[in-house]
Amino acid sequence: MEGTSYQIDLGNLMAYDPNHHFKSIPSSRVELVSHCLEKGTEMVQAIANSLFSLPSTESRDGPVVKLPPPTTKLPREKHLPKPKPPTKWEEFAKMKGIKKRKKNKRVWDEQTSSWKRTHGYDRANDDRDIPILDAKSTDEVGVDPFAKRSAEKKDRVKKQEKNRLENLKKAAKAGALPSHIQLAATALPITGTKKDVPKKASKNELESVAGMVATSTASGGKFDKKLPGEKPPKHSGKHRKFLPVVEGKGIGSKEKQQTEKILNQLLSKSSHEILDVNKAVTMFNVKKEKQRKKDRDANPGKSGKLKPNKKSFKKTSTKKKP
Amino acid sequence: MQIRAPKTKRAQRELDKRAPKLVENVKKTLILHGTKTSGVLNSVLTELYHLKRDNAVKFSKKNENIKPFETGGETSLEFFSHKTDCSLFAFGSHSKKRPNKLVLGRTYDHHIYDLVEVGVENFKSIESFEYDKKLAPKIGSKPLFAFIGEEFESVDELKHLKEVLLDFFRGEVVENLNLTGVDRVFVCTVLSSKTVLLMHCALRLKKSGTSIPRMELVEVGPSMDLVVRRHRFPSESLLKEAMKIPDQAKKIKNVTSDVIKGKTGRIYIPDQKVGDMPLSNNIKGLKRERREAKQNKESKKRKTESE
Repeated sequence: MEGTSYQIDLGNLMAYDPNHHFKSIPSSRVELVSHCLEKGTEMVQAIANSLFSLPSTESRDGPVVKLPPPTTKLPREKHLPKPKPPTKWEEFAKMKGIKKRKKNKRVWDEQTSSWKRTHGYDRANDDRDIPILDAKSTDEVGVDPFAKRSAEKKDRVKKQEKNRLENLKKAAKAGALPSHIQLAATALPITGTKKDVPKKASKNELESVAGMVATSTASGGKFDKKLPGEKPPKHSGKHRKFLPVVEGKGIGSKEKQQTEKILNQLLSKSSHEILDVNKAVTMFNVKKEKQRKKDRDANPGKSGKLKPNKKSFKKTSTKKKP
Repeated sequence: MQIRAPKTKRAQRELDKRAPKLVENVKKTLILHGTKTSGVLNSVLTELYHLKRDNAVKFSKKNENIKPFETGGETSLEFFSHKTDCSLFAFGSHSKKRPNKLVLGRTYDHHIYDLVEVGVENFKSIESFEYDKKLAPKIGSKPLFAFIGEEFESVDELKHLKEVLLDFFRGEVVENLNLTGVDRVFVCTVLSSKTVLLMHCALRLKKSGTSIPRMELVEVGPSMDLVVRRHRFPSESLLKEAMKIPDQAKKIKNVTSDVIKGKTGRIYIPDQKVGDMPLSNNIKGLKRERREAKQNKESKKRKTESE
């Protein structure tokens, strides 16, 4: 315990005593604490001895010492940054021996005869500011040269964007994508259809999903506790109606009705009659009914009680002529 | 594919702060708790937060799906670590089987690197200590460490705990230290093969005869017994990767710069063994010999042919 040197890591301001061990832990807490404090003081003194003997410089706040790098190795929190692979232009420039040239912030603009900035708003020698273009013998008659120039510029910009994307993809493959850039997939995956691209669910879809899913529970979602704001599922109930398999002898009545309905529709489509008698009769009746009601409301009759109009709207079973 | 880049310089700066770097930022700590905590654990977590005020984030909500030692229960932790950019975390929860459980963990690349589960016993909070308020250590000052006990080297779990505690309370790694700002120390003593007593003390520097002041420890902050229950070491490959140091700038050999001569280097020529070199055949004197040798050869040939 005495005389032994402690392992001191100045970079971390740490001291470690490898030779201490309790023969018997002191019975009372206070004793234990005081013992630990004693030991601690010794070790801190040892650290201070080496710390204060380092060469120090005087600064405004006090003496400043230069600490040695820490000896205990601790793990990093993130991986080491990977070197960026050279872009296509960089490779080309290296091969050709092209060096970067420093560009000035202001350039002389011929158009306005003034100094303008090289890039940005109101820049010098801007493609769009040229008022007159000399016609060349190679120009076609109907072509707008200004439109052509702007289309060319658009193409150049698009090409540059494509190249930039390629460079970033190369960097991403090497694991060296710059931290502020993310690449997001917008196109279809290589194998698959448009269906495979995950679509963001719309609000309405999400609202009805819970109801749809509830039908898969044992009780069909009837007794599920609803969260506030949850809407009841739409289209509850059956979606299709099927005829019973067996219904007496021969063709059943329901099946008869079904086939009749279909036949009528087919026949009506192919009939060329201008007037549909049944429909005309119904329309006439409905109109008359409305008129009668209006008259009754306009001048209330002798009886205060409104008598229901007893009229039967039975459809006759006469078939139409083809 | 679409490039998504930040639209403002400020956003870019914030993203660059979180990017992996050669020399890293201070490790931030995330303090959170699980479904059930005890009063003791609550105060432990708040005091831990106070000790690391500048670079710690404390969550106040319960997190029931975080179970650090189980395979599925770490995703939430990793997500939080990613969102808050914290690579250290302290997760507290209390249950009958594991009372006052505190899980101290580290992450690498926002994935769990290693974990230590300790139980907190005999906790004394900052308020229970009486001391001269002028001595109170300032937030963010670099602490001294004193680890006492041979078990820190012999017992694996305690060795791991020592490393984790060092990482937790170390703070920033600085090159220049202001000596007046040295005002706190963490004293960790081994009580048994599983228990460690952690004390946080303020330092008082007293005048002594020499330029080195005399140190005096005054117990200030929380003091607790940490009982190591479980731990998980990092896997070998992960350990190797996390411990990698950036290559020191390679020393270029044989280049010296002289003020007068400029950049100089030495050219070493291997020993030319002049004696052993074969002589060239192109010496004028050899012509006659060669002619004679040729003639002899031809005569020999004629002889053999005639025979």
